[in-house]
Amino acid sequence: MDWLLGRFSLDAFPKELVTQGGALSMVAIGILVVAALFYFKRWTWLWKNWLTTLDAKKIGVMYIIVAVIMLLRGVADALMIRAQQALASGDASGVLSSDTFQQVFSAHGTIMIFFVAMGLMFGLINLVLPLMLGARDVAFPFLNSVSFWLFAIGMVLVNVSIMAGGFSTGGWLGYPPLTGLEYSPGPGVDYWIWSLQIAGVGSLLSGINFLVTILKKRAPGMTLMKMPIFAWSVLVTTILIIFAFPILTATLGMLSLDRLMGMHFFTSDFGGNPMMYVNLIWAWGHPEVYILILPAFGIFSEIVATFARKRLFGYKTMVGALFAITFLSFVVWLHHFFTMGAGANVNAFFGITTMIIAVPTGVKIFNWLFTMYRGRIKFASPMLWFMCFVVTFTIGGVSGVLMAVPALDFQVHNSLFLVAHFHNVIIGGVLFGFFAGLTYWFPKIFGFSLNERIGKYATYCWLVGFLVAFLPLYALGLMGATRRLDHYDGDGWQVLFMVAGVGAMIIALGVGLQLLQLAVSIWQRKKNVDTTGDPWNGRTLEWSVASPAPFYNFARTPIVDSRDPFWEEKQLIAAGRPPKKPPYQDIRLPKNSGLGLVIGAFSFFIGFGLIWHMWWLAVIGLIGVIVTVIIRCSNDDTEYTLTAAELEKLDKQTRRRFA
Amino acid sequence: MSIVAGQEHRVEEHEATATKTLGFWIYLMTDCILFASLFATYIVLREGTYGGPGGRELFELPFVLLETIILLASSFTCGLSLLAARKGLVKPAIIGLGATFVLGAIFLTLELGEFLKLMGEGHSWQASAFLSAFFTLVGTHGLHIAVGLLWVLVMIIQLVRQGLTSGTIRRLGMFGLFWHFLDIIWIFIFTIVYLMGVI
Repeated sequence: MDWLLGRFSLDAFPKELVTQGGALSMVAIGILVVAALFYFKRWTWLWKNWLTTLDAKKIGVMYIIVAVIMLLRGVADALMIRAQQALASGDASGVLSSDTFQQVFSAHGTIMIFFVAMGLMFGLINLVLPLMLGARDVAFPFLNSVSFWLFAIGMVLVNVSIMAGGFSTGGWLGYPPLTGLEYSPGPGVDYWIWSLQIAGVGSLLSGINFLVTILKKRAPGMTLMKMPIFAWSVLVTTILIIFAFPILTATLGMLSLDRLMGMHFFTSDFGGNPMMYVNLIWAWGHPEVYILILPAFGIFSEIVATFARKRLFGYKTMVGALFAITFLSFVVWLHHFFTMGAGANVNAFFGITTMIIAVPTGVKIFNWLFTMYRGRIKFASPMLWFMCFVVTFTIGGVSGVLMAVPALDFQVHNSLFLVAHFHNVIIGGVLFGFFAGLTYWFPKIFGFSLNERIGKYATYCWLVGFLVAFLPLYALGLMGATRRLDHYDGDGWQVLFMVAGVGAMIIALGVGLQLLQLAVSIWQRKKNVDTTGDPWNGRTLEWSVASPAPFYNFARTPIVDSRDPFWEEKQLIAAGRPPKKPPYQDIRLPKNSGLGLVIGAFSFFIGFGLIWHMWWLAVIGLIGVIVTVIIRCSNDDTEYTLTAAELEKLDKQTRRRFA
Repeated sequence: MSIVAGQEHRVEEHEATATKTLGFWIYLMTDCILFASLFATYIVLREGTYGGPGGRELFELPFVLLETIILLASSFTCGLSLLAARKGLVKPAIIGLGATFVLGAIFLTLELGEFLKLMGEGHSWQASAFLSAFFTLVGTHGLHIAVGLLWVLVMIIQLVRQGLTSGTIRRLGMFGLFWHFLDIIWIFIFTIVYLMGVI
């Protein structure tokens, strides 16, 4: 039976109450969803409208759904970590066993970065990038669907680990030799490797796709220097993805070769070099944090200009700052391990480059503030997220510059001070940015706005909860508390850990309010319906089409001659000189295809087979992926034509609906 | 009217080809970074022989030179095939691809032969970090060659069944890029792994 089940056995099922509960609730939710689909007879709808879609906007929505579900999982993990640390002092042992605690913090980091932040990022880019550029779709719609399914399969693997085998205990970056075969022989690290490997390939393909989209699919007249800053931020992000993600693929590949074939890249004997892994993973990992934050910067640039009702201040310096950050992000990776002992000169070099990054980032902050200066600011909830971001992100940035000093970093390395710092920039920067973007573009995709009042309450909860949860961690870090503690002696730390726990609960309340906001907004959607397509008095092209944006995006290809094309058009209309509209033309659109889902399913076989050493399953998966790719590539008939007449009819229908 | 429509269609086709080719170029650059990571690791771990033999004892340069010549010849036939396809000649294009396949297959066989010989002598990837890095770097190139061979077969079938359409010519062009790219990577392997390993 070994050939059939590999190393899978009944021992793989969870034994602790916490993991059993998690596994059972996941199975229960799955059964409920399937039952609901049968009961409401929605399978065909789901297949035709969602699972096989190649429409970037729908793919974007699916990314966001996955990311939101994973956010709930990640927050649940965070609450468990906080509960454990608030209680496990002195003689008390807390709520989790040591092993489970390690799995929980590894899963928390992995999920929050790869499946929440990356998911929200790709989701938002899919939703608005083509619309902003005046394009019908991304450059490669099918590849986009493949990317999404690889992302989704990575997410599935992380969650399957709860039900069978357990997750990695090696932290979110899985340093060897701890994650090598010798110290982690079980399937946990393999779950971590293959979920990241599969999702990572998806991210890489997305990076290529969006870069080509920006370079090739812009509306006529939109030169690079007339693109919205969000498009610029996506451009530099994709460059970072293209340079960084292959390193992740290679690094995880080598770690898995160590584990599967007994190689010695990162083992502590046979000539292996674990520090090589740390160098490689951070050569990917540091750019990765900029991959997450730069699109958030782009979102804020759009939001500030819209709600200050002014042109963005310092457009060219914004672009310059983006490129400076892109370049610098590749020459700072060593600051993650100053303590490795590379020597004073090397540490000084990386310390200085790290400090320099604060300059272009500061340029951006001041540009936003100058955009607000003398603007007629409307404090809608996206703008509120921005205000919270400026404060928290600046604190986080300053604590980062502090740690760029190698001598100081030796004191706080691997401590909770660091944990507080990166949550400060990732929650206060990335997450606030993506929440702002979701609120801002929600009406464009769904046709109605989110409830403003509950949204603002949620923002306040996030801000206050964040400060209460993480400011104590700075203090604890300085007092000597390290990361990943599942237990500590009673050093007077417990009070601060308790405060942090309260903060986490306030954040959880914020998440609850966001869910309530969504529910209430759907309930009252008739009240908040967006009839104009332009609920915020926007400036860029996405607001020039109806809400929800039609599947063909633009009935007539827009012609651009300024940076804020829609704003300029509105000014001309107000002045009584409406610009002439171009004629309707035939357009080509991609046909739906289920093959992206098929590729995703086969890559699940590859991942699951390799995790459990079921080689036959991995081989089937591999052959399946290859055959599916060949089938797709042999088919040149992947598009259909929407004629000018049909398009005109559809366009007039849309307009009449709102007349 | 139909002429105008035809021209528009051609312009669209041309744009689609340009877009897809750009996408493929960028993919090749990502592959380049993947190899760069493996090269960097190889260079760092080259001395990690754990008391076992290093490149000087294991590599045979004349054999590697033969491999190199065969791979470069396969790139030449690949180029001929592409030239023929651009001129609209199906048969020479297929013959060129066939020759590329044969040469590529010989290269891969030789490489596997070298691997088997090393393993037979007890120098497998489990013996030291140096050998792990060597097998992984050269093997990843070999894996790409294997993918390329599969691609050639699919291309030949497509050319026989569909003839020279804009789609097949485009894919043939991309295959050419891929195959020449693997050549360049091999030149680096030849230099960094074999030449610098022996000298």
